[in-house]
Amino acid sequence: MQQHVIASSSTNARLRARDLTAEEIAEIEHELTLYPTKQAVGLEALKIVQRHQGWVSDESMLAIADYLSVPVSELEGVATFFNLIFRRPVGDKVILFCDSVSCWIMGCDKVKKRLSEHLGIDYGETSAGGEYTLIPVPCLGDCDKAPVMMVGEKMHRNLSCESIDSLLPLSNAEGSK
Amino acid sequence: MTDRPLTKNIDLSRGALSLKEYVAAGGYAGARAIANGLEPSDVLERVKNSGLKGRGGAGFPTGLKWSFVPKSDDVSIQRYLVVNADEMEPGTFKDRMLMEGDPHLLIEGMIIAAYTIQATRAFIFLRGEYFDAERSIAKAIAEARDSGYLGRDIFGTGFDFDIVLHTSAGRYICGEETALLNALEGKRANPRAKPPFPQVSGLWGKPTIVNNVETLCNLPGILAYGVEWYQSLGSGGDFGTKLFGVSGRVNTPGCWELPFGVSIREVIEGYGGGMQEGYALKAFLPGGGSTDFLTPEHLDTPLTYTAIGELGSRLATGTMILLDDKTCPVGMIGNLMKFFAHESCGFCTPCRDGLPWVDTIFRDLESGKGSFKDIDVLKDHVGYLGPGRTFCALAPGATAPLGSGLRLFADEFAAHVSGAKCPYH
Repeated sequence: MQQHVIASSSTNARLRARDLTAEEIAEIEHELTLYPTKQAVGLEALKIVQRHQGWVSDESMLAIADYLSVPVSELEGVATFFNLIFRRPVGDKVILFCDSVSCWIMGCDKVKKRLSEHLGIDYGETSAGGEYTLIPVPCLGDCDKAPVMMVGEKMHRNLSCESIDSLLPLSNAEGSK
Repeated sequence: MTDRPLTKNIDLSRGALSLKEYVAAGGYAGARAIANGLEPSDVLERVKNSGLKGRGGAGFPTGLKWSFVPKSDDVSIQRYLVVNADEMEPGTFKDRMLMEGDPHLLIEGMIIAAYTIQATRAFIFLRGEYFDAERSIAKAIAEARDSGYLGRDIFGTGFDFDIVLHTSAGRYICGEETALLNALEGKRANPRAKPPFPQVSGLWGKPTIVNNVETLCNLPGILAYGVEWYQSLGSGGDFGTKLFGVSGRVNTPGCWELPFGVSIREVIEGYGGGMQEGYALKAFLPGGGSTDFLTPEHLDTPLTYTAIGELGSRLATGTMILLDDKTCPVGMIGNLMKFFAHESCGFCTPCRDGLPWVDTIFRDLESGKGSFKDIDVLKDHVGYLGPGRTFCALAPGATAPLGSGLRLFADEFAAHVSGAKCPYH
């Protein structure tokens, strides 16, 4: 197996791959049965690790690259290409807030402002307690119920400032994803 | 027989039909027609004769696309069917309904398509954010496998076929079919050069057909009820039904299955319930974010690929986005440009550098820092980013609302400069 090592510019420390967990390996192995090449499983493996770890750290990135025998640079190229692979830690729940055209016409900017006030964060930030990360997302494909957003895996539709007021305590009570 | 072959089983107030319920409702009759002796060439002929066109946006004839797969009796040559379920066009919300509402219709359509091109394996490339569709499809695939509708020797035809459900992680360019294939191979999803076309050299270099969800959902009806029935559904040169949607300030926004040839007015004022009180229709994009604006004078145009094309726009996804008189057109176009700039894959220069430039100018116009020269730069970009100037269709798609918007809303653009602010707020 290749041993990839990358240098961190900030500390000059040499990072090493962490060990993938048995669960992660089992899920990646299942994906490997579905595709004819190891490379094809790259995105699936990133998603599997993210599901277990919350995000994809450098150490995880190295571990996946090793496991799939693909160059870490190529895997990083895939990871950074996709909007929903997180290379920084995120909150327990990620809020994907649709800011595309139909939601914009239906007043999503006001709703987003209220949401930001509630959480004390803007796009790309995580709330102080680590509960929520707020990210804009291109059209969520629910335009007849605009404005919409997704909290974890759940869609919230026909949003208004009032519905944000009533939704947020509710989501707090739901706990983590 | 039905006049709503795509949505007859869909009732969003309950879950999707199980396999058993779907079969009880007449489902898998198209697939059984294959079992009763239809050859792949027979199916291809029927689909060609039906006049079915791709519903992903481009409107390319489906049978013709399939016919480009090289003919060969050598079954050892792997061929692939890929379902483009990466619905992400701004203002488009049709495939979600089909996948959440009736996943077995999609699977049946896939069986028909795969049998025709003799593809033993299919991948559904599903948008990562569509968790409800993922659950719905995964359940349906498991049911179909358990019942022997997928797997070895399906329907006693001797044909083996199975489906892999792949979920993406959010990137609009994956809707471009060659970018989608790169993504499936685990690469960065930059589009590929064409030729070779995927039908000849696609996924892992093998002959591959990429079809949109709605396109495939048309197939079961064509086989079950016949070409004549299918053609009786549409008018104006396009056949069958289409999902048409309306979003924006109408009373009852939604998505409905209607025959081709229905007028725009009927969809917006009838099904959509007309504009909300206090709002008037100013303009609309007829088929998602990559289409040219049309105006109220076009309301009596029939919704067909040809009629909308003759107006200089495109039917594309058939989901209309309405601009009302209280919403700033410059802001609306700016919103679209932000989307296209963000979703550019960055491979070719005009798109990678041009769209962010356009986006920046719209931000300047909004904040009152724009100049008349900026508006000229926008006009220049309609040419720089237009068809033939870029590697794929993403940037040309962006120029559709940009170019038509600059023409239609010249006064509003100028007002943003002369008033040094957005006149709408």
